[in-house]
Amino acid sequence: MRHTAYPMFNLKQADVPDDLSPVATEMSPMLPGDWRSMRPVVNRDKCVKCAVCWLYCPVQCVEEKPAWFDFNLKTCKGCGICANECPQRAITMVPEAA
Amino acid sequence: MTTATLEAAQQTKPAKQKVMLVEGNEAAALGVALARPDMVAVYPITPQSSLVEHVAKLIADGKMDADIVDAEGEHSVLSVLQGGALAGARTYTATCGPGLAFMFEPYFRTSGMRLPIVMSIVTRDGITPQSVWGGHQDAMTVREVGWVQVYCETVQEVLDTTIMAFKIAEHHDVMLPVNVCLDGNYLSYGTSRVELPNQEDVDAFMGVKDVNWHVALDPLRPMAVDPLTGGSGGKGPSTFVRYRKGQCRGMQNSLRVIEEVHAEWAQRFGRSFAPLVEEYRMDGADYAIMTLGSMTGAAKDAIDEARDAGKNVGLIKIKTFSPFPVEALLKSFAKIQALGVVDRSVGFRWNCGPMYQETMGVLYRLGRHIPSMSFIGGLAGADITVGHFHRVIEATEQLMSGPAPTEPVWLNEKD
Repeated sequence: MRHTAYPMFNLKQADVPDDLSPVATEMSPMLPGDWRSMRPVVNRDKCVKCAVCWLYCPVQCVEEKPAWFDFNLKTCKGCGICANECPQRAITMVPEAA
Repeated sequence: MTTATLEAAQQTKPAKQKVMLVEGNEAAALGVALARPDMVAVYPITPQSSLVEHVAKLIADGKMDADIVDAEGEHSVLSVLQGGALAGARTYTATCGPGLAFMFEPYFRTSGMRLPIVMSIVTRDGITPQSVWGGHQDAMTVREVGWVQVYCETVQEVLDTTIMAFKIAEHHDVMLPVNVCLDGNYLSYGTSRVELPNQEDVDAFMGVKDVNWHVALDPLRPMAVDPLTGGSGGKGPSTFVRYRKGQCRGMQNSLRVIEEVHAEWAQRFGRSFAPLVEEYRMDGADYAIMTLGSMTGAAKDAIDEARDAGKNVGLIKIKTFSPFPVEALLKSFAKIQALGVVDRSVGFRWNCGPMYQETMGVLYRLGRHIPSMSFIGGLAGADITVGHFHRVIEATEQLMSGPAPTEPVWLNEKD
C-alpha cells in the first residue's frame, strides 16, 4: 500500500480550461467553525482526563492539554456528543451567538 | 493506433466499401463497432432492443473489442459509463422512452461533467397513453439538458453519424455527450442497403483517443471530481456560472465542429450529409416546409410532386437539433415568405410542436414577419405519408394569402 501522497494534478500546467468539467485540485475545507451554532466549553477543575470525549468525538477535534482536554474550534461542529457523554459533567455547550 | 501509423493511414485512399442490407438498429451497432469503444453498458427497451442485441453479438463474436455491462437499469447504465469515461474509455449506450426517463439523473450530470459519451436514442413516443412505438417525444423532452442531439434521415446516415458522433463529442472544443437520434420503427427496423466503411479508414478518421484529459479518475492525476460548487457565498456563484457558461460555449463550438466532421467524412468516405440544416429544392421557393428525421423522405417525394405541379415550395430539414442551428436557419428563412413546421411530438405548453416552438424564436430574430404554422403527425408509430405532406404544403401555401391558424394541425387526426 502506498503511504506517500501523489502530487496534486495541476490543471493550468496541463492546459485544461477552468470552465470545462467541475474538478478541484486544491482543498476547500469549509470548516465547521464557520457555521457551528453551539461550542463546547471545558470546566478545567472538573476534567480528570478520562478521554471519553476524545473517544466519542465524531470529527476528532479533541486535543490533549497538560491537565485537561480541549477542542479545536476550527473543526468542531458543535454536535454536543462530548458534553452528553462526559462522566464528570465537565463540558457545557454554549451558544455561539452568546 | 499510434500517431505514426495514424499519419500513414491518413495518407492512403479509403478502400472499396462493403455493401450490406441491414436494419437501422444493426447499422447503428456496426457504426459503434467501427468507432471502437472500450466500454458499452446496455439495458434493452423497445424499439432499441435489437440495437444492443446486435452490439452484444458483435462483442460475443469477437468482432468488437469492448467490455459490455448488462446493468440492472438505465440509471446504472449511464452511471457505469461515467466511471468508464473518467477512466479514459470511449463509451457508448442506447436507450429511449421510459429508459431515457429512468436515466435522467446521470443524463444531466454527463453533460455537466463534459464526458464525451455517445448514446443513440431510438426515439419513442412518451407514455401515457401506453404505446411502444416511435415518435420524437422522448428526445424532445430532454432537449434542454446540454447534450448535442442529431437526428438521422436514413439507415446509411445512422451508420455514418454514429461514427461521426464520437469524433464530435471528443473534440477538445466540444467535450459534450452526443445523442444520435434515429426514429423508432421507421429507422430502427427499416431495412435498407448500406455501405460499410473499412475499419482502417475509420481508425484513420477517428485519430488518437484522448477522452479524459480534462477530468479523470486517475491516481497519477489526483483531483476531486464534481465537488460541491454554487451557493450564495464566497466564490460559489461565480464558479457555478463559469462552468455553465463553459457548457454553453461547448454547445456553440459544436456547431462548427459538426460541420468540420461532416466535411471530413464526405471527403474521406464520399458520402455527404447536411451537418446542421439541409435545404431541398429551395431555389426560387416562395414558401417551405420544415422536417426532422425519417419523415423527410416522404416529404421530399411530396415536394417533388408539388414542384412538378408548378408550386414554388422547398424543404428545410434539421439534422442538428441541439444546439439549435439558428444562423443556418436564418439563411434559409431569408429566402421564403411562409413556413410550415412538421413535428413528430407535442409541445404541451405552447399547444404546438416543439420544433415549431424553437423555430418561432429564430423567426423573431429574422426581423421580418413571415407567417408560419405547426403540424403534428406521426405520433406513437403513425405514418406521415406523401399525402399528409401534400396537405402540409397546401396549408402552408394558403398562409401567404390568408390568416395563420393559432392551433396546430394534427395530421393523423382523421386517419
